[in-house]
Amino acid sequence: MNQFDEATRGRTKEIISRYPQSRSALLPLLHLVQSVEGFVSQDGIRYCAEALELTTAEVSAVATFYTMYKRTPCGEHIVSVCTNTLCAALGGDAIYAHLTQQLGVGHEETAGEPGTPGSVTLEHAECLAACDLAPVLQVNYEYYDNQTVDSAHALVDALRAGERPAPTRGAPLTDFKTAALELAGIFPDLERSVEGLSVASETLRGAQLATERGWVAPPMPDVPPALPALPEKK
Amino acid sequence: MTASTPDLLTPVLTRRWLSPRAWSIGTYEQLEGYQGLRTALAAHPDQLIALVKDSGLRGRGGAGFPTGLKWSFIPQGPTGPGAKPKYLVINADEGEPGTCKDIPAMMADPHSLIEGCVITSYAIRANFCAIYIRGEALHCIRRVRNAVDEAYRAGYLGRDILGSGFDLDIVVHAGAGAYICGEETALLDSLEGRRGQPRLKPPFPATSGLYASPTVVNNVETIATVPAIVQGGSEWFRSMGSAKSPGPKIYSVSGHVERPGQYEAPLGITLRTLLELAGGMKDGIPLKFWTPGGSSTPLFTVDHLDTPLDFEGAAAAGSMLGTTAVMVFNETVSVPWAVMKWTEFYKHESCGKCTPCREGTYWLVQILERMVHGEGTEADVDTMVDICDNVLGRSFCALGDGAVSPITSGIQYFRQEFLDLIAEQPTVAQPEQLEDLVGVQA
Repeated sequence: MNQFDEATRGRTKEIISRYPQSRSALLPLLHLVQSVEGFVSQDGIRYCAEALELTTAEVSAVATFYTMYKRTPCGEHIVSVCTNTLCAALGGDAIYAHLTQQLGVGHEETAGEPGTPGSVTLEHAECLAACDLAPVLQVNYEYYDNQTVDSAHALVDALRAGERPAPTRGAPLTDFKTAALELAGIFPDLERSVEGLSVASETLRGAQLATERGWVAPPMPDVPPALPALPEKK
Repeated sequence: MTASTPDLLTPVLTRRWLSPRAWSIGTYEQLEGYQGLRTALAAHPDQLIALVKDSGLRGRGGAGFPTGLKWSFIPQGPTGPGAKPKYLVINADEGEPGTCKDIPAMMADPHSLIEGCVITSYAIRANFCAIYIRGEALHCIRRVRNAVDEAYRAGYLGRDILGSGFDLDIVVHAGAGAYICGEETALLDSLEGRRGQPRLKPPFPATSGLYASPTVVNNVETIATVPAIVQGGSEWFRSMGSAKSPGPKIYSVSGHVERPGQYEAPLGITLRTLLELAGGMKDGIPLKFWTPGGSSTPLFTVDHLDTPLDFEGAAAAGSMLGTTAVMVFNETVSVPWAVMKWTEFYKHESCGKCTPCREGTYWLVQILERMVHGEGTEADVDTMVDICDNVLGRSFCALGDGAVSPITSGIQYFRQEFLDLIAEQPTVAQPEQLEDLVGVQA
């Protein structure tokens, strides 16, 4: 378990200290392990078990339950294509089918040597909660909205060539391991990454339309109205 | 104040979204942010519970449970169950197909949620709050985490908040890809570092939630609404929506419309109006079916264009308001295909704890995939109805109930489309299938 160095051990302590009970740190710690290894190995399972005084069986049970913990080494990037009904109807199925051909891989398989620059793991994903921007895909959990087969093709080509095209919503693209570190609650550069674009025109449509038409919510009273009297004790 | 009818759109939660850097504490404070908190901290916690009860606010996560009532279930007092630590847990595990309101809300204006968390925690006497955000929403996690950091620096979190003597810590917790964790007790198990599987209820989280302590679990939109209620009062809140479903609500319109997006309107708006606001059906291709609140809410058709989209209206028409995730599908989409895709989703996301849901979704997918590939049999529709009957209401949580919604409503409104898949079959046995069978037996 040499890959878990002093820095990782320090972060482990920091994560555990956030929770009233240490076991609550297990999901973040599995993300942390993934940020070091690029997946969750048996060593990673053992590392979490020792940190939280759990058995490896208990940690394995959790690691295998959740989709985002990968049990085999992943690429520099992970591309997740939404193929749930609405995205699929609007082109998500076609995008996923095209990417499997383009990369020559299937679900949770990696094009290129895992971990090396330009390697890409592909997966089809369930609803990514961006249905107004369908069809969507994510790279390292950053949103690429309103995709087409052509735009997805160009995106994946760029990733394979070592480029990092900007997401439509999210921070400048990093890699799968850095995303996993942020999911563990460790943000190497939050001041900068938080600035990444977040609002698409779809997000703002209602607010924009209301402004154009002069529609507003009923005005609030100038001062907050008195709160209800304390209910009588029964 | 209640005399006039509100405008078609009533931005309350979305009112700051057009402002530059709406996600930063500077913008939020300029636009009346954290004013509600000051009012709240000057009051007695029970007054806040009474206020939210009076407002009629109902949970925005799908079930529509009265929020103030939920808070009032938390035992209080120096002895017995009231003496245990209390917790507030925010359900930000948005994943119900079609639902896409909480993630943009947290990205655009995370401080509304944080202010709501502080007020709610003060009301229920919680000193620890966890915001459980689905892992795939990484940028949203950054925004909320940054807002929490900003709130600590400004003295809205931590020890002795604004000199009130009230302490609160918030942790932002990332999920790891499991739809089931949107179910409140599965979320609690997940937050405790376990597989996300629902618990048997009772006991309810109000008495036995996180770490077996009294816990309120509320949706993002619900809690982000609280500061406005404190600021505006219950009468103001009730000037929007209906008596039993008051307030504004973010409707997420997606699919085959010209201008999909987030539209915040008083509860009770109809699809007809929403479609007008969203520029009508895309390319003029007519509407075929739609969901009022995600894939777990039974389908609606063109017959429901004027159904009021509030809790009562949707239920009276045979569906549910759910998360007001309005997914719109035009005539080009096959209902059995859509139902198959959704069923594949439920099968993937069933946690496996309860047999009816685990096995039912598995076999329903087998049947639907076979039908859509043109190999259905005449018994299939009846078999599916029968399986659905055995899944509905027979599991710990509502995932199984949600799974059968698209199937039963799809068959109810579009039965012929399912039967047509069978009719395309040759009536005689397919010789190549027989060969396969013989091969297997040999």
